[in-house]
Amino acid sequence: MIPLSWYLILAAGLFSIGLFGVLARRNAVAILLGVELMLNAVNINLVAFWRYGDVTQMAGQVFAIIVFAVAAAEVAVGLALVISVYRRRNTVVAEELDLLKW
Amino acid sequence: MNFWNDPLKVAADWLTGIFVGWGMNDIFAHVLVVFLGIFVLIMILMVIDIFLVWIERKVVARFQDRIGPNRLGPFGLIQPFADIVKLMIKEDTTPDGADKVVYNIAPMLSMMSVLILWAVVPLAPVMIGVDLNAGALFIIAAGSIGTLSIIMAGWSSNNKFSVIGAFRQVAVMVSFEVPMLAVMLIPTIFSGSMGMNSIIQSQNIWFVFISPLAALIFLIAAIAELGRAPFDLAEGESELVAGFNVEYSGMKFGMFYAGELLHAFTFGGFWAILFFGGYRFFGLEQVSPFLAIVIILFKALVGYWVIMWVKYTVMRIRIDQMLAFNWKFLTPVAFVLVMVTALMNVLLRGAGSWLYITGMFLSNVIVAWVSLEIVRSIGKKERERVEGVKVVAEAHH
Amino acid sequence: MTAEQIIFLIVGAATLIAGFLVVTVRNLVHAALWLVATLFGVAIIYTLLNAGFLAVVQVVVYIGAIAILFIFAVMLTRRQAAETGASVNKNWWAGALMSVLTFAALALLLQSWSGFSKTASAVPSGFDAINQLGDALTSSAGYVLPFEVASVLLLAALVGAVYLAFNKK
Repeated sequence: MIPLSWYLILAAGLFSIGLFGVLARRNAVAILLGVELMLNAVNINLVAFWRYGDVTQMAGQVFAIIVFAVAAAEVAVGLALVISVYRRRNTVVAEELDLLKW
Repeated sequence: MNFWNDPLKVAADWLTGIFVGWGMNDIFAHVLVVFLGIFVLIMILMVIDIFLVWIERKVVARFQDRIGPNRLGPFGLIQPFADIVKLMIKEDTTPDGADKVVYNIAPMLSMMSVLILWAVVPLAPVMIGVDLNAGALFIIAAGSIGTLSIIMAGWSSNNKFSVIGAFRQVAVMVSFEVPMLAVMLIPTIFSGSMGMNSIIQSQNIWFVFISPLAALIFLIAAIAELGRAPFDLAEGESELVAGFNVEYSGMKFGMFYAGELLHAFTFGGFWAILFFGGYRFFGLEQVSPFLAIVIILFKALVGYWVIMWVKYTVMRIRIDQMLAFNWKFLTPVAFVLVMVTALMNVLLRGAGSWLYITGMFLSNVIVAWVSLEIVRSIGKKERERVEGVKVVAEAHH
Repeated sequence: MTAEQIIFLIVGAATLIAGFLVVTVRNLVHAALWLVATLFGVAIIYTLLNAGFLAVVQVVVYIGAIAILFIFAVMLTRRQAAETGASVNKNWWAGALMSVLTFAALALLLQSWSGFSKTASAVPSGFDAINQLGDALTSSAGYVLPFEVASVLLLAALVGAVYLAFNKK
């Protein structure tokens, strides 16, 4: 059997990779890709805790489903924002979007 | 366990026994047997696929009042093999500036998305790859891999026609997945399970008689998902040359083409499974699993024939009309139908089976009638508006 | 080492490598395709965890919708911006440090937890996760309220996305 620790370490690794993507990438779409990786890492944890805890308690899977919904909503709105910004500023590089920065 | 009652299990046990006899690890032998099973299934499917080319060409010839392939072999049966030889010896071109890796993976993914569907197709009560309890959802999941393959093909070809074709096709597939998934819930409601085998087992009366509208919506969505006429905008020869696969030649194109034919056949099969009782036919499936295979393949062929019938009868429609048709008509109708069916299911569950069937059928008819009536009144208003404008314009002259 | 463990190690390594490529490759369409590979790996991890339904939903939602949306967005916003200049900003080393530190901190924290190397008990026979999940999502004793809130969120996102991306001439 696979111990719980393997899943948790995998999820932690994926989360850190996603975090790097969010912090370091310049393109706004690439930043959203990083966010997706982080959400997936969280989901692995949720499902792993469901499996290794009491299987009849569905909280872990329910949370995972809600995370799916939130991820879909986040991507739809996020990419719509990116496209809208691209139309106005003709760029999707996050650091060039500095209108609110003084 | 008799071979004629459960051929797969007997064969698998026999093979595992042989492999273990060779001193193989138990688990390894099991995995190997599963792989062999998958391999054999795929080989059979590919052979069926070859003859689908012949069937398609013969049927289209009949629709167009021609004879079709008739030179090579009896009834032109050898023709598809000649086609394959031609495809294989054709020059395999790669366009300049193409993304080579993505370009080469796309045809494989396209074929894979079709073959993977057969994992959940029950060929007989005891012959099913995996009786997945999320079988209906699995069909959509496999379809999303197909969508991915098309956008990969279109993007990597570095050709504007292929990108436009891929954009259209992906828009169509993503949007028609919605009503398809919705109507797949209706057999799920009737049978209480998403597993393909339990959906078939609970069809003492074919679901098409209980919910004809759902069967119709599934067929329309399936045709759109397949990208066949009247929804073949991705290929639109007259406007896009050939759409997303314009830069492919030789066997790579062959994989898209064969994948499309097998996909149509497979969806004929799913139509049969979800609404026409799958391998069941008046208890004949109990006689022998082999008879059950014949029944389901025959039903799949009939479904395939219906899809071809539509393809060669109806004209291609415009992309905006098509998306409007989906989002403004098909999806709302499918959702309303799911809601009505779920409600009726709760109300009529205690009632007798005849009352249940009649109630469901009537609710389907009412939903169809009301939605058509709404569309008609809107159309009438629109026509009056347009024609009214015309009358005014004429009066002005 | 059991077969399950071997599968986990292969899939886990592939998932992490694909995830790393998502955040490092220059071409954003390739990044989105590597994201597909990562998500597929995660789907296999779900099946290893006996959550087959979630695995299929993962493929439908993530690969069928989200990844496709990403590829569309990359194609629609591509001009000089995506192709020229560095793919990471000038503080990327801080980001790398941050993520390494996060991983180390998470690993350390988990290490000190008593349930860290717990193994799973067998799934009770006759347990149908889909039925249980359906009951949990729709019964008032379960999670019907979060479920409804999620659907409202999706509707809001749908309307919001259409409004934002709509080209008002």
